Amino acid sequence: MPDTMPKNPVPSAPAIDRRTFIATSSGAVAATMLPGVSKAAGQSPSTSGAIPSAKTTLNVNGKQHHFDLDTRVTLLDALREHLHLTGTKKGCDHGQCGACTVLVGGRRINSCLSLAVMHDGDHVTTIEGLGTPDKLHAMQAAFVKHDGYQCGYCTPGQICSAVATLDEIKRGVPSHVTGDLNAAPLLSAEELRERMSGNICRCGAYSNIIDAITDVAGSRA
Amino acid sequence: MKTFTYERARTPAEAAAAIARTPGARFIAGGTNLLDLMKLEIDTPAHLVDVNHIGLDQIAATPNGGLRIGALVRNTELAADATVRRGYGVLSRALLAGASAQLRNKATTAGNLLQRTRCPYFYDTNQACNKRQPGSGCAAIGGFTRGLAIIGHSDACLATHPSDMAVAMRALDAVVETVRAHGATRRIAIADFYRLPGNSPERDTNLAPGELITSVVLPPPVGGQHFYRKVRDRASYAFALVSVAAIVQQDGSGCVALGGVAHQPWRRQEADSALPQGARAAMAPAGGRQTD
Repeated sequence: MPDTMPKNPVPSAPAIDRRTFIATSSGAVAATMLPGVSKAAGQSPSTSGAIPSAKTTLNVNGKQHHFDLDTRVTLLDALREHLHLTGTKKGCDHGQCGACTVLVGGRRINSCLSLAVMHDGDHVTTIEGLGTPDKLHAMQAAFVKHDGYQCGYCTPGQICSAVATLDEIKRGVPSHVTGDLNAAPLLSAEELRERMSGNICRCGAYSNIIDAITDVAGSRA
Repeated sequence: MKTFTYERARTPAEAAAAIARTPGARFIAGGTNLLDLMKLEIDTPAHLVDVNHIGLDQIAATPNGGLRIGALVRNTELAADATVRRGYGVLSRALLAGASAQLRNKATTAGNLLQRTRCPYFYDTNQACNKRQPGSGCAAIGGFTRGLAIIGHSDACLATHPSDMAVAMRALDAVVETVRAHGATRRIAIADFYRLPGNSPERDTNLAPGELITSVVLPPPVGGQHFYRKVRDRASYAFALVSVAAIVQQDGSGCVALGGVAHQPWRRQEADSALPQGARAAMAPAGGRQTD
């Protein structure tokens, strides 16, 4: 409905996106809270002295990165806050939603429930490493083709999980719905639904996600 | 999360010794349960000993035809292992009924045995919980108990053990092998591994402080048909309201263990003996009663 669109957008609107706005605002909030925080920290014996850290090397999307990280930093936070690979999303931060799914050594894991320092020397693949906007991974292209998302927040995790799902089926890993444990698992919709159950989509794009994965599986078969 | 120091152990003995010399230290393997508890500050270790690189990641045949499963074998690898699928189907089934593929890729055999209860009152630090804070009381009693224990609970605790895998291990008569800081090893039958809550629900198992699980040993396959049935609030990726692991031979004899209903995987000789008379007969001696 073009006639409801503003004809003259405010010309002096500052060039600011949501990420910049949130970063600036939360920085300001944190600054106002600093005196209280430092006082509390100073009184607590458990936080006296330096915060424990550890040297860690991660190979992310084919590139080596060296860190000296607070031991508490999760793999998810290392990717997002330290490498600024913000494709991987933080949903529940408790391993319940799958938005943070990445591949480590080719296997999918919840990056929120893993410490970065425990991955020293590991090879990590994030959504940024699967494909690029110019050269999409087949699964990324299939999600676009089949409209496998609405808001898109769970999508990077869904896509990483979907890539791993097909690999697991190919390797013969059974699932809860596999009929015969000693036969090769099928590429059925029932199998895909069960195997993707660790990735929650609040928009409910599930049926389109299954269509996308089935499309990729079919073209490989 | 509270701060903690971190080290990687290279051998089981080194890991056990590191725990013994550092107050407030904990082992970490997959971390899928411990890190969740640390984020919520339900568990606040001062030091983590990473046991992922101590070599216990193999599944090997034992001389008598059984199977020794390394403590660090991931749930996915164990469920997918050809020998397990062939001879111990109930174990594959139980593993695959638990968690999500992402979690199973990380979670280890020993860590699965040692995971803490998912009682909502244990998880809510504003509530009294004798398991989380001994002596504080049990807010679950008189509370929302739908998913909690109906067998073997006490006036101090209604928590259930959340593992599916452990229920299958109980049906299979697994043996847990451990090592302690001074190097002593021991074997604990799975029947003696878990405790009932009694007056000390803070202790889930009979492991000594700092004792490290090195492997889980299964006796030779017993044949029969293997079942793992799980009732939960959704079709996948949820803890059991009740689960049943059963191995049934052609003559109707066999064994049955229950999950999601007690502080330990529940198995009773009387129930096994009654199995040839059918499922209803086998469940009669289980001793379940409704909680208030």
